[in-house]
Amino acid sequence: MDRSDIEAKMRELLVEELGLDEDKITMEATFEEDLEVDSLGVVELLMALEDNFGVQIPDEEAEALVTVGEAVDLVAQKLSA
Amino acid sequence: MKQRRVVVTGLGSVTALGPDVKTFWSNILAGKSGISTIERVDTSDITTRIAAEIKDFDIEQYMSRREARRLDRSAQFFWVATKEALEDAGISYAEDEPAALRAGVLAGTGIGGVETFEEQMNVLTERGPSRMSPVGIAMIISNMAGGIVSIDFHLYGPNSTVVTACAASANAIGDAAAVIQRGAADVMVAGGGEASITRFALGGFAQARALSTNNDDPQGASRPFDLHRDGFVMGEGAAVLVLEEYEHAKARGADIYGEVLGYGMSADGYHITLPRPGGAGAARAMQAALAEAEVSPEDLSYINAHGTSTPANDATETAAIKLALGDAAYAVPVSSTKSMTGHLLGAAGAIEAVSCLLAMRDNVLPPTINYTTPDPECDLNYVPNEARETEVTTAMSNSFGFGGHNVSLVFGKVTD
Repeated sequence: MDRSDIEAKMRELLVEELGLDEDKITMEATFEEDLEVDSLGVVELLMALEDNFGVQIPDEEAEALVTVGEAVDLVAQKLSA
Repeated sequence: MKQRRVVVTGLGSVTALGPDVKTFWSNILAGKSGISTIERVDTSDITTRIAAEIKDFDIEQYMSRREARRLDRSAQFFWVATKEALEDAGISYAEDEPAALRAGVLAGTGIGGVETFEEQMNVLTERGPSRMSPVGIAMIISNMAGGIVSIDFHLYGPNSTVVTACAASANAIGDAAAVIQRGAADVMVAGGGEASITRFALGGFAQARALSTNNDDPQGASRPFDLHRDGFVMGEGAAVLVLEEYEHAKARGADIYGEVLGYGMSADGYHITLPRPGGAGAARAMQAALAEAEVSPEDLSYINAHGTSTPANDATETAAIKLALGDAAYAVPVSSTKSMTGHLLGAAGAIEAVSCLLAMRDNVLPPTINYTTPDPECDLNYVPNEARETEVTTAMSNSFGFGGHNVSLVFGKVTD
């Protein structure tokens, strides 16, 4: 899975599983400010990443994510590890 | 001290008879049934396959998909009914408005977020606790309907939820009136929401042998007081009333549907699901409500019965009405709108309060449909099959819940 695949899949799960507004999703968008993802939403994000990419993400790594791009980076790193 | 009077200034509902109060009421007066074959869940292995199911509910008309997926269907119904009721009352609060601190919520539900409970229980069983939704608990808990409307409509006063099975939203209305009477709020959103057409709830009620199994004739299945009734038909939806202190309502020139005159409660103290034979428990609730309302049985224009269409309820309620009203029982028209709406469980009391208030506004009695064969045990005037125009100045609504909860509310026209 290359980076553009991860980006496309990320976009899809943020819309389908977190119910986020598709128009607001950019790689620079911040979860907390731009996308209004609250603490419960972070757990939803963590589960969605784990389920969709088959990776394990500890709470502290999920909580540290600021932008969508960082989430893509994290997944890419986990997949290549 | 003169008691603060409580009036109704707004109504909202979403039921199988329509997405709003206007559609609901025209269908009620036309004697239409909202009951059909269940489509939302697989009922192939359940003895009951019919309900008053809301087929085309689209919550995304009202809120974003993201907000909607954090609310159980029961809370979504309550939210929509609350929006309509507040708009009908002409009330909206801004976040920082002092009046919002004097407006509260009293919600009722029978089993709250049962659909979410089932979904999350399945996730737990199949995939384990680490896959459960972080919003699951917030969706399941019965008080979330009241919570979400306080957040979204800026209702920052007293906020509570009653869970007394099928009496819940009748209790909510009575309790909300009491909050206003004692001066703790000027406006209260009161009602109930229920969304229990799920495999868990259908299966459970079917096992309690409470549901009609007349699957081949959905529209004829709910037949309160008729000899051939064979159980209740589940409904779903929500109904909400805006209650308001009388002077507060007058001062802002609000249209008034009627006044909450009496609220009676009792416990059967008899059985977990069956009513006390003879109806003494229910009769005490009716008598208490009439006494508080200072309405004599002769002056009661209409009773909206609990009338579930179960063999036990309708016979016992008939006996209870006779016990409570004496000879006047035979003169007062009694109908069960559950013949059309199905049984909305925790939302039933509120949707039936809506019918009482509109009966007074329009001077018309909603019918009991499917009434074809009299039962010797049910020998009152049930307004069979067709709505009837007559002057309606007072109305009583009965609601009884598993556990032996009996609630009666008396409403009256406001003339001064």
